[in-house]
Amino acid sequence: MSLPLLLLVLLGLTVVGYYLGKSRALSAAGGKIRNLHSLPMFYGWYVVVWCGLPALLLFGTWIAFEDALVRNLVISELPESIRRLPTDQLGLVISDIRNMAYGNIPVDKADANLRPVVEHYISLRQLGTSALWVIVLALGISGLVYGRSRITSDFRARNRVERAANVLLIVSSTIAVLTTVGIVLSLVFEALRFFHAVNPLEFLFGLTWSPQTAIRADQVGSSGAFGAVPLFVGTLLIAAIAMLVAVPIGLMAAVYMAEYSGPKVRAWTKPALEVLAGIPTVVYGFFAALTVAPFIRTAGESIGLEVASQSALAAGLVMGIMIIPFVSSLSDDVINAVPQSLRDGSYGLGATKSETIKRVILPAALPGIAASVILAFSRALGETMIVVMAAGLAANITANPLAAVTTVTVHIASLLVGDQEFDSPKTLAAFALGLVLFIVTLSLNIVALRIVKKYREQYD
Amino acid sequence: MTDILADTMPRQQAAAALTPGIHMTDAANKRLKARYASERRFKMIGLSAILFSLTALAILMFTIASNGFTAFRQTHVRLDLQLSAEQIAPAGTTDVRKIMQGNYGAIILDALQKKFPDVQSRGERRRLQALVSAGAESQIGRMIVADPSLIGQTISVWLPTSSDIDMFVKRQVDTTAPEEERRVKDSQVRWLDSLKASGDLDLQFNLRFFTGADSREPELVGVWGGVVGSFYTLLVTLLVAFPLGIMAAIYLEEFAPKNHWTELIEVNINNLAAVPSIVYGLLGLAVFIGFFGMPRSAPFVGGLVLALMSLPVMIIASRAALRAVPPSIRQAALGLGASPLQVVLHHVLPLAMPGILTGTIIAMAHALGETAPLLMIGMVAFIVDIPTTPVDAATVLPVQIFMWADSSERGFVEKTSAAIIVLLVFLLLMNLAAILLRKKFERRW
Repeated sequence: MSLPLLLLVLLGLTVVGYYLGKSRALSAAGGKIRNLHSLPMFYGWYVVVWCGLPALLLFGTWIAFEDALVRNLVISELPESIRRLPTDQLGLVISDIRNMAYGNIPVDKADANLRPVVEHYISLRQLGTSALWVIVLALGISGLVYGRSRITSDFRARNRVERAANVLLIVSSTIAVLTTVGIVLSLVFEALRFFHAVNPLEFLFGLTWSPQTAIRADQVGSSGAFGAVPLFVGTLLIAAIAMLVAVPIGLMAAVYMAEYSGPKVRAWTKPALEVLAGIPTVVYGFFAALTVAPFIRTAGESIGLEVASQSALAAGLVMGIMIIPFVSSLSDDVINAVPQSLRDGSYGLGATKSETIKRVILPAALPGIAASVILAFSRALGETMIVVMAAGLAANITANPLAAVTTVTVHIASLLVGDQEFDSPKTLAAFALGLVLFIVTLSLNIVALRIVKKYREQYD
Repeated sequence: MTDILADTMPRQQAAAALTPGIHMTDAANKRLKARYASERRFKMIGLSAILFSLTALAILMFTIASNGFTAFRQTHVRLDLQLSAEQIAPAGTTDVRKIMQGNYGAIILDALQKKFPDVQSRGERRRLQALVSAGAESQIGRMIVADPSLIGQTISVWLPTSSDIDMFVKRQVDTTAPEEERRVKDSQVRWLDSLKASGDLDLQFNLRFFTGADSREPELVGVWGGVVGSFYTLLVTLLVAFPLGIMAAIYLEEFAPKNHWTELIEVNINNLAAVPSIVYGLLGLAVFIGFFGMPRSAPFVGGLVLALMSLPVMIIASRAALRAVPPSIRQAALGLGASPLQVVLHHVLPLAMPGILTGTIIAMAHALGETAPLLMIGMVAFIVDIPTTPVDAATVLPVQIFMWADSSERGFVEKTSAAIIVLLVFLLLMNLAAILLRKKFERRW
């Protein structure tokens, strides 16, 4: 009685519907296709749409809301003493009940007064599943019958099917909007819960970050401080180091590829640089932690500098290498888009190649280059794995690249990895950090897109 | 010209006209030299920028390869095990639980002591036992489960050594350090030398690395669990993102009217393509796990998150491919009476398919290497079973790499690098497929 099986049954039903619709259309036309308004397959598809779509919609809605529904029903069954518990403890009880119902925890170990609730939970789930089977199949069959009954020889099946297909296309293109809505809603909701516990001003401007909240009331010194400034500073420091590496190197590489190298060299170097962009970030993180960080540490110590074992420099350097192709690829396109007439004009006035590049091409390509730099910067802000593996967790406010710093993404990851309850400020802080990250990177992207758009208008 | 000059001008003036002009003075020559020098400098800077990037790539690859390739072979030791019935189970038993509880540690120690009978003290015996991996015991257990008739026999098997020994034999640790700083002690080195001399110690192909899953012991880990998890995750990603991406691209490129709504969708897709991946992890955590109550650590949820993440990329790539199909094809089909949907499905889409597939493969390659969002939805759990369905708890290859990289034991460095090699090979194959596809179907209209 499992749900995948139901989907398979529904699929079989639609296949049956297809052939029923097709044969009905053929018989309505007396076996001659030219008597039909549309090709026979469209009549088949028409029945499929009626048979499959409403049932699938119901199925999807059920999957989405079954859990919340059953949960609420179960909560209303719970003894008053449990129902009064704070939300996080109630959540634990619910997950216990669920685990018992699925047999992950033996029921006999549980509280005696929970046993009826567990049974209630199981019976609700079973009832729900059987109801779903009945309703989905009923919808499917009645849709099939209805769709088939409407078929006549001059029925405009193609137009109907195409309209349905059009709706399907529109729906899938709105998934992107729904994703954005989902991101914004989930971040905002959880962040709002966080801001109930922590003052937003303290979060944005506070100077200490130590999210360890006290588990017991008598614990001292771990009250939890959520001033995110050290994280912002660390993020900016590492991103700045990365940009210091990536922008000059990426730009010069782009200039060389676009202006100096022959087509053969270019055919090899461009994909080779793009390999850098295709390497998973976890590999860069491993490389930074295993090779670059110890190297910087020994190099620094040999000239008498004090270097943290997880320095901002190591993470930033490797991140910069990762970002080079983002800068170089985009800049390369932009430089190539500069009209040849500008170059010829400059050469005609006696300028050398480098003078032409510096005085004519780069200024002409500047908006596009700026956009690529901004995109690369937003990429550096959002990068997670390199900094998780190479930058550490120490929340310092410092501009010293040799010190250990931490970033927003590191803390999002570290706050949520492992089994956490969803209601402490500690876990919710991750969503607030995520919201900040989302807003910042999104605005950077919008700025970059604006610049590109403006730039395009000048040359097209 | 010169004749005229000579005629009309006094001699002196003519001479002055022939002397070098301001472009040929010493100062000008110097300037020219400086300009050419700066030209060369500029070119060298550009070249060195490219060389720097390529060197960084080479160092990265070299570090990973040199650290990782040794993991494909593992030190094994050959022992003659006396599988006596009293230490395992009475002959004829097929009860799996009973067999797995057999005292295999003692059997291994006996076999080792037979090779080195002079080992007596308790500490030395412990060191002797430490030669062999802790996982060897369950390996023997499984062997007997598979063939219970082995009970009572004496068999000769190759068992994996412990990671410390493995590292020492492969010279991955400093073998010349003083004894106190080494994890492998002098007596163990002596035993190893004698085992090697008798041919009982050998580097063998590390099959377990390709067939096993995660483990606490570096010598027992394998990537297969991560590969299968990655496969299920990518399968879900593909099944969700590929049709949605194509349909969205078809609508936006072929049917959408130009209005505020479609403009909003377009801007949205471009922006989504640049949202940090970890934010998608937060989305998955809050919506799929928090709101819909889907299981944690499941490839199904991971696949959904990665699908949302790669959807914008796929839409953008598919739209570019659709746009590259010339309008004349559409007009011809329309002229023959095809409906707009038929034009797209029968003519435009097949022609754009190679481009769409190329974009899809590249997006999938990115999804394969993605780690951060999967950390958020709990795929960092320690999982020793190979997943069999997309809703089983599983890990994926990059997360496995992340977890091993976090382990402090020396043996994990080698395994992490080796797992990275496996991941990069998969990525290389995918990119190769994309390039071949592009080459094969490249056409000029």
